[in-house]
Amino acid sequence: MFRLAPLLLFCVALLLHLPVVAQDDLMDLLEDMEEETTDYTIATFKTVRLVNGHSIELPAPGVLQLIIAHRFGRVNGGAYEFFGLDQANMRLGFEYGLSNHLAVGVGRTNLRKTYDAFVKYKLLRQSTGKRVMPVTVAGLSTISANTLRWANPDRPNYFSSRLSFVHQLLIARKFSDRLSLQLMPTMVHRNLVATAREANDVFMVGAGGRFKVSGSVTINAEYYYPLPGQLAPGIFHPLSIGVDIETGGHVFQLIFSNSRSMTDDLYLTQTDGLWELGDIHFGFNLMRVFTASKKAHLK
Amino acid sequence: MKSYLFAFLALVLTTGTLSAQSRYMTRTGTITFFSHTPIEDIEATNNQVSSILDAGSGDMVFAVLMKSFQFEKALMQEHFNEKYVESDKFPKAQFKGSLTNLDAIDFGKPGTYPAQVTGKLTIHGVTQDVETEGTIVVTEGGVQAQAKFPITLADYDISIPAVVRDNIAKVVDITVEMNYDAMNP
Repeated sequence: MFRLAPLLLFCVALLLHLPVVAQDDLMDLLEDMEEETTDYTIATFKTVRLVNGHSIELPAPGVLQLIIAHRFGRVNGGAYEFFGLDQANMRLGFEYGLSNHLAVGVGRTNLRKTYDAFVKYKLLRQSTGKRVMPVTVAGLSTISANTLRWANPDRPNYFSSRLSFVHQLLIARKFSDRLSLQLMPTMVHRNLVATAREANDVFMVGAGGRFKVSGSVTINAEYYYPLPGQLAPGIFHPLSIGVDIETGGHVFQLIFSNSRSMTDDLYLTQTDGLWELGDIHFGFNLMRVFTASKKAHLK
Repeated sequence: MKSYLFAFLALVLTTGTLSAQSRYMTRTGTITFFSHTPIEDIEATNNQVSSILDAGSGDMVFAVLMKSFQFEKALMQEHFNEKYVESDKFPKAQFKGSLTNLDAIDFGKPGTYPAQVTGKLTIHGVTQDVETEGTIVVTEGGVQAQAKFPITLADYDISIPAVVRDNIAKVVDITVEMNYDAMNP
């Protein structure tokens, strides 16, 4: 018994010499030493628009985003109207990413000869890891000016009457690689409305999302519910369905909507089509990015 | 009895000296990949690679966070993470390998030594054997390691959509530059 002790000690000492540190243990050691990082969710949506409206995505810092959008006439116009393609509305838009949190944009559409501008800012970013955040939240504020000649030039007209504003909170979560959903509490303020029955301030809530069919194709949908009694008779809830097709630096969004408008205040409050009657407008957004500043996003 | 004790003491005393100085590590290693096609060159750099080099056994391990690769264009970076390497599913690349010519490298003596490395590289959840040559530079207080080798994207089940197939090389060059510090035992 007494003699075994030194032998045991000898064995223990010998074990210390064995190359017990295999590569797996070394890898475990490496992982133990790594600091936990915050993993921000990327690519919740393919581009800056869900369908007609904004998504939580911003152009990357230093990236200029060009949007050429068309909405055609109603599909139920039939062959005589070439299923709506005989009439086209268009909007030309530019957006620019100033930082990871801030983007600005301008646009012009022929509908009511409207100019629009917006600022979009990210308040929260969905993330896992060190800092856990379940949703991405962005704020959007737009201003638009209808520049049609005054319908009644003889009465006093004010420039302020041309202006409308939209304020939105965009709350999105990427649930999986395939599914992302977005909620949009919205307020539209119109300085001048056509009749006293219409509210100057319109409160709405929108919901939408995307489902990824393949790496480059997603199906998107977007719906807005205005609280009752705010809009004129004959104005309906905007419902839009889109398909995003990504090809390198382009995203093509093919769109079916009961709205013909591409400016935020107009599609929200002037949608006059009913899906069940076939008042569907086909259209597309052609999105193209240009890297204006290569350094900006590396910060 | 006395000889046992002597042997025991000798063994215990030598363990310390053998393992203490033999490991080197970094958290700020650089891995660059470069894709060349007639249409465009694409380069991405990751400056946050962590690695341990065990000079005693010759073992080397690397952990690479895929989202830390920085591209010139933000959209490339997004496509790389979202569509090609699927960083949400496979956040890390790993390399576990060893120096096969350990005898030819004297970590105790400053100098430049050619190095041969073999091991297993895991990217996008797929593990492949990799063999490459590089350089080990031993300096006072540290070790630098450099290597360059090509990888074939298809070997790692990384598929490139048809529309950008001409823009991204099928084989990309990986450059590894590590600046190790001696690790405290």
